[in-house]
Amino acid sequence: MDGLNIPLNHILLVSSLLFSIGMLGLMIRRNIIFILMSLEVMLNAAALAFVAAGAHWGQPDGQIVFMLILTVAAAEVAVGLGLVLQVQKRFKTLDMDHANRMQG
Amino acid sequence: MSETIWLIPLIPLLSSVTLMLFGSRLKVSQIGILGVASVGIAALLTLLLAVEFMQNQQVIQLSLWTWMEVAGFAPGISFYFDGLTLVMMSVITGVGFLIHLFSTEFMEKDPSYARYFAYLNMFVAAMLVLVMADNLLLLYLGWEGVGVCSYLLVGFWYQHNANGHAARKAFIVTRIGDTAMALGLLLLFTQLGTLDIQTMVGEANRTWQVGATIPTIACLLLVCGAVGKSAQLPLHTWLPDAMAGPTPVSALIHAATMVTAGVYLIARTHGLFLLAPTAMTAVAIIGITTSLMAAFTALMQTDIKRILAYSTISQIGYMFLALGVGAWSAGIFHLMTHAFFKALLFLGSGAIIHCLHHEHNIFKMGGLRTRMPVTFWSFMIGSAALAALPMTSGFFSKDQILLQAYQLPDIGPGLWMAGLLGALLTAIYSFRLVFVVFFGKANTEPDKDTGWRMAVPLSVLCLLAMIGGWFMIPVSEVFPASDGSHPAHWVEYVSISVPIVGVLIAYLIFYSGRLNIDGLVSSTLGRRLGQFWLSGWGIDWFYDRLFVKPYYGLANVLKSEPIDAIYGLIVAINQTFNHWLSVAQSGRMRWYLASMVAGLILVITVAANLSVGVL
Repeated sequence: MDGLNIPLNHILLVSSLLFSIGMLGLMIRRNIIFILMSLEVMLNAAALAFVAAGAHWGQPDGQIVFMLILTVAAAEVAVGLGLVLQVQKRFKTLDMDHANRMQG
Repeated sequence: MSETIWLIPLIPLLSSVTLMLFGSRLKVSQIGILGVASVGIAALLTLLLAVEFMQNQQVIQLSLWTWMEVAGFAPGISFYFDGLTLVMMSVITGVGFLIHLFSTEFMEKDPSYARYFAYLNMFVAAMLVLVMADNLLLLYLGWEGVGVCSYLLVGFWYQHNANGHAARKAFIVTRIGDTAMALGLLLLFTQLGTLDIQTMVGEANRTWQVGATIPTIACLLLVCGAVGKSAQLPLHTWLPDAMAGPTPVSALIHAATMVTAGVYLIARTHGLFLLAPTAMTAVAIIGITTSLMAAFTALMQTDIKRILAYSTISQIGYMFLALGVGAWSAGIFHLMTHAFFKALLFLGSGAIIHCLHHEHNIFKMGGLRTRMPVTFWSFMIGSAALAALPMTSGFFSKDQILLQAYQLPDIGPGLWMAGLLGALLTAIYSFRLVFVVFFGKANTEPDKDTGWRMAVPLSVLCLLAMIGGWFMIPVSEVFPASDGSHPAHWVEYVSISVPIVGVLIAYLIFYSGRLNIDGLVSSTLGRRLGQFWLSGWGIDWFYDRLFVKPYYGLANVLKSEPIDAIYGLIVAINQTFNHWLSVAQSGRMRWYLASMVAGLILVITVAANLSVGVL
């Protein structure tokens, strides 16, 4: 298979870079919408690693898992946005540091 | 009549139960009638029984039902009635009836009138069961029953802390003896396979030699029980304190009946004691030692009831002496006469206390001879009998004991001498009481004289204390006959004259004042000795240091639960960790996340470092 041949290491590097950015965002962002976005970035980083690995070994499994992650991400966003609405309704803010008590 | 002897304990018991259940709804007069009449009927039935027994001399054995049956052990609720039982029953119901009658006036103003008679009736029932029981287990039931009633009545005025303390002391100290007695019963049962007294004694005589070890141990254990109940050394300390109860109770329980239960027990099982000469000697020595100790103590007391309490201890000491030297019937005879004159003295002191605004100190009385004539004559007669002056009831019984003690080989004359010293002291302290309380100048005015319900029992008991010595107690069939020999006449003359000398000494010191003992008393030695006797030979002090204080100390240590502290430590550690960890649970999501990442990095680092070596 000809074409652009990017070494696996590079892709993994990008993937882990994305993952770290996502995780950092998760840790330092207070707005719940940004947190969800960081989560998406992390999921996509993992998906990228799977696709890259699948391509490297010539196996279809990587892409199958990618489909799975895509579905999970979609579901997660659906549930997550629902939660965001609830949080806004209850706390009148999207700052997660203010929502640190159970029972509202 | 012989088929219905079970009615005699039942009637007081029913009355007691009625008073307990419905006492608060009855009128004072109804309570009094019920309480007195139940014992009166029991006394009447006993009298009928006595008349019948005098005619046919028939021993009655009546088995009502089997109490329990376990592996060949089948004690029955069954009664045994012979001359000894008759004497005891007559004393319990007869003297008991008089004391109940006396109580109706003495306790009239008390708010717990019904409770008082409920306890007193229950006591009579339990005591009757004790003396009528034909097996040792039923006897033990009555024995514990009277113990409970004694506890309840000593602490009758429970509002005062001291009374409750005295009640607990009485209960706990006698319980020590009772535990030993229970061990004795267990030993006898395991060895002989029965607790039925008559069968058991017969079996013992077939199985054991005289002086064998097991009967000696069993008898000594029974003696321990008797010592506790009858307030002999070293378990006598509860009796003086038990005077915290109402005075008629002291008369009935702590003078006439319950405290003599130990004497009855030994007399009832005399067949066993004859197999154990060592135990008998022990009984005699305990008796005479206690008798002397208590007599010296009584010399110094100032509380009228404590004097009488110590004199009771002393007189029971004489009964023990009698049992120990094998003068069984003399011991029981003294038990009976003592019940008469000591109940008389106690009731007399009750009358004084009742009419003198609850004054107990004899030196605050005085001159009561003309003001309370009935009580004065009661005390004169009672003290004369207690001192064993000739022709009074106490004279006949005590004389018999001393003469029989003299005839014992080896230690006999020694016991006799000690007994004489005791008799001398008895005469001195009893007439000290009479002279101080009834003669001299008046210190406190009585606000009333005794009513008829007090005067009648006093008069009847006066009569009994006078003529009681001529009664023939029907115990010749019960006990082995004595050999009938008499010591030399001079022994008898000395025995008779010693109490008279004692009265004379008391007269010279406390009435005419011609014998001045102030110098003797105020000397250093005299003062120390007096203090020593006043405190009851420091025995209470000694027990307090030896048992009570260490026990309290131990209880105090255990109150903080030192064993539980180990488990408490585990709890404390967990709580500390919980405290630390709950700080981490802040609810801040980003903080969780950061710590998760930190943990993850840590795990990965460790795993990577470890895998370097493996791969």
